Amino acid sequence: MATLNSNIPPGDLPEKWSTYKANMKLVNPANKRKYKVIVVGAGLAGGSTAATMAELGYRVDCFVFHDSPRRAHSIAAQGGINAAKNYQNDGDSVYRLFYDTVKGGDYRSRESNVHRLAEVSANIIDQCVAQGVPFAREYGGLLANRSFGGAQVSRTFYARGQTGQQLLLGAYSALSKMIGSGGVKLHANSEMLELVLVDGQAKGIIVRDLITGEVTKHAADCVVMATGGYGNVFNLSTYARNSNATAAWRAYKKGACFANPCYTQIHPTCIPVSGDYQSKLTLMSESLRNDGRIWVPKKAVDCEKDPNDIPEEDRDYYLERIYPSFGNLAPRDVASRAAKRMCDEGRGVGPTKLGVYLDFSDAINRLGADTVRTRYGNLFDIYKEITNESAYETPMRIFPAVHYTMGGLWVDYNLMSNVPGLFVLGEANFSDHGANRLGASALMQGLADGYFVAPYTVGNYLATQKPGSTPSTDDPAFKEATDKVNEMTQRLLNTRGKETVAHFHKRLGKIMWDHCGMARTKEGLEEALKLIPALREEFWANVNVPGSDKSLNQALEKAGRLADFLELGELMCRDALTREESCGGHFREEYQHPDGECLRDDENFAHVAAWEYQGEGTVPNRLTEDLNYETVKMSTRSYK
Amino acid sequence: MVADTSSTKNISLTLRVWRQAGPQAEGSFVNYKATDLNPNMSFLELLDVINDDLERRNEEPIAFAHDCREGICGTCSLVIDGKPHGPHDGIASCQTYVRSFKDGDVIVVEPYRAEPFPIQKDLITDRSSFDTIQQAGGFISVRTGSACDANANPIPKEHADLAMDAAACIGCGACVAACKNSSAMLFVGAKVSQFALLPQGQPERDSRVLNMVAKMDELGFGNCSNQYECSAACPKLISHDFIAKLNKEYIGATVRSAFKP
Ligand SMILES: Cc1cc2nc3c(=O)[nH]c(=O)nc-3n(C[C@H](O)[C@H](O)[C@H](O)COP(=O)(O)OP(=O)(O)OC[C@H]3O[C@@H](n4cnc5c(N)ncnc54)[C@H](O)[C@@H]3O)c2cc1C
Ligand code: FES
Repeated sequence: MATLNSNIPPGDLPEKWSTYKANMKLVNPANKRKYKVIVVGAGLAGGSTAATMAELGYRVDCFVFHDSPRRAHSIAAQGGINAAKNYQNDGDSVYRLFYDTVKGGDYRSRESNVHRLAEVSANIIDQCVAQGVPFAREYGGLLANRSFGGAQVSRTFYARGQTGQQLLLGAYSALSKMIGSGGVKLHANSEMLELVLVDGQAKGIIVRDLITGEVTKHAADCVVMATGGYGNVFNLSTYARNSNATAAWRAYKKGACFANPCYTQIHPTCIPVSGDYQSKLTLMSESLRNDGRIWVPKKAVDCEKDPNDIPEEDRDYYLERIYPSFGNLAPRDVASRAAKRMCDEGRGVGPTKLGVYLDFSDAINRLGADTVRTRYGNLFDIYKEITNESAYETPMRIFPAVHYTMGGLWVDYNLMSNVPGLFVLGEANFSDHGANRLGASALMQGLADGYFVAPYTVGNYLATQKPGSTPSTDDPAFKEATDKVNEMTQRLLNTRGKETVAHFHKRLGKIMWDHCGMARTKEGLEEALKLIPALREEFWANVNVPGSDKSLNQALEKAGRLADFLELGELMCRDALTREESCGGHFREEYQHPDGECLRDDENFAHVAAWEYQGEGTVPNRLTEDLNYETVKMSTRSYK
Repeated sequence: MVADTSSTKNISLTLRVWRQAGPQAEGSFVNYKATDLNPNMSFLELLDVINDDLERRNEEPIAFAHDCREGICGTCSLVIDGKPHGPHDGIASCQTYVRSFKDGDVIVVEPYRAEPFPIQKDLITDRSSFDTIQQAGGFISVRTGSACDANANPIPKEHADLAMDAAACIGCGACVAACKNSSAMLFVGAKVSQFALLPQGQPERDSRVLNMVAKMDELGFGNCSNQYECSAACPKLISHDFIAKLNKEYIGATVRSAFKP
């Protein structure tokens, strides 16, 4: 059985990271070239770490399944990035950002990791500005900030509605420089399909070239995975269509524990579904909640009416009513569930009745249409483009959608998994957000991991490895892993069934949304645990993947990713079933306060649940890491 | 072509799609008819529907590049009826909706046609030459951890805003596909301008523009002949003013480098 040692360094919380860093082993500069580091992924987390490790002198091989590092899903983040700069002089501090993140995560994250995140947050902004990231500025030329979902201070930095794009292009430019100078070898269109362990340590990967179909072996002294989140298990989500869990899942099957898979975030402000051809859901940035007011009609009979004809007294601004101090800025999980409750009560709006209004008429009256246009113009344009409606004239319709996965591969304080030499960064790990992530904190975490944490901790690990001891790809472990890849590919191509990959993905998505979505029950999860294995069996018996493995084959790519989702979905349900409490994004209907809020069970569940693979058809082991809160007092997370 | 957007009736369309099995293979147009389409369906979802049908019949689906499906990743790259990214200005292929077409329309769907972007399969082209240009100079050299406080250098809002206008480029390559010379001047101009407008970009200002332009030429991108098809096709409406700025930067840098001690 695996052991989970969080390796939290000793000392007082605020000093842990600096003391630990000061005592790390260093790699002799002359030896750095002798180490090879594989980085899988070049989103914010992977791109920043690949560039930084190469600057330090390590040889870096970077793999992405995209055609360019600039296409990583990080590009789509809109709203902003948090940092404890206190530029607004509104009382922010490292401690406050730390505290907000721990509380926002509903006391299910590791204090030491979160504190480090808050500490390095300020450096991220410095780094990005120096790279030429054009953050929004005030007229005096200083950086502008805004407040973002769940925060009472303005600590969010942003670049119009394209913050993720600009931060990613910053990391991409640093990476490009290192590729140009030979420090990083980039492998684009290259999908990692297996992790290779040599003597129990992560020493390589097996990759399929998505253009030629060629399968190749790559060895290194350690492997860093920054492969993003797994929200597409739900089929419909705000993720890019090709985001997937394959790298993480294949690492799990090689022994890396998967932590808290059931913690998923449902974002409250997305454009509702319009038909069953739907391929993705579009997020409307949460920043809209700064000025927009959310409501539904008080009476179900009004739901059919034109919203502009519903008088003020017949509207229920339910977030302002239920959460007077946070109002429309209540955290994501709270706001999402409230929207669901309104729709469950029959007060949802729009053609599907799965929607609530987000109304800007007050803001337009108060600030004028021009100011509203400056702040949100591009978002209103997106809305118009998709729905054909103008949010200047009629309230937007929004509904929650899957947006982020807090769960991920288990890592210790060094961001190393329980498999020595396998580091996991960014959304792919489970580390910092507990059971719920605050807005603008994923970008912060990705860049914190990549620029300021992994380069130290990976170096510390490499210092324990003999320079120049990179295994050869002739090691039998590489052949074994390659055979496994080829076997799976052949199995997919040879099934020759009747149904498409998309067909199965839709069905899996529906099971997950119905039973492991915004609200979960014991019965529902038990049902899903029957449905998913049955669907998986059907998939393997009846999927049809046309084409060959020797060339670009998108159906084959999708099939492989879905095969993994069909297993991961089951683990998510199992995790949700065993966590008999509600916390953050995990809401079990059996465990709630009378007002519908999460009822945590700190006595029995103040721990991380990390699942260890036990082979096909065997229930995985559930390991736990206790969460000890030494600095923050656990309390009921109230936003009233 | 651009239909009345208020229509809500389902429609039928015929797509004439370029099919090409691989980089060396011969390509040709194949017709696909799609019926009963909800006007709120996106153009890529229309391709999904056609592909679903093909896969069910055990035929190879149409290969097309896509990812975010919200106009920001720059992956999608269709030429629809001769226009990169389709009939509407200021949006990417993935933001084109069926409601932009009329019942019964025949729509031609092709990949980008530009020498520096060779076709890989069907509608997918290789745009790695853009990455290569970036690697030649599209960055500000700043080692991780060496930056000064972010507010140490105030930047006038107008400069920051203009830099952001340039930085909004999504690297999709529509500018190249739209240009009869396959020029990458808009792409390069946007990156060069972003950094030239910011104080952080000054130290490498000259070498950046010289290296990026040299790489662009080396990779076979053509010259700009001031027709500005590029900015018309740009999904982010990046202004061709940045081409003028590129020219200015290039001339300035050339002159300065000639007089370098
Ligand atoms: C619409 C949207 C808006 C958001 N807005 C915000 C926001 O305003 N603020 C905020 O803080 N967060 C936001 N988020 C969340 C945030 O964007 C992500 O959590 C974060 O960017 C993830 O970064 P990453 O580097 O971990 O992964 P990604 O950016 O997803 O990168 C993954 C990388 O891994 C590669 N990869 C994956 N699998 C493989 C494989 N098998 N082989 C090879 N390569 C592989 C990919 O090619 C890619 O390069 C938003 C998310 C969405 C969906
Ligand atoms: S798919 Fe991302 S821009 Fe179109």
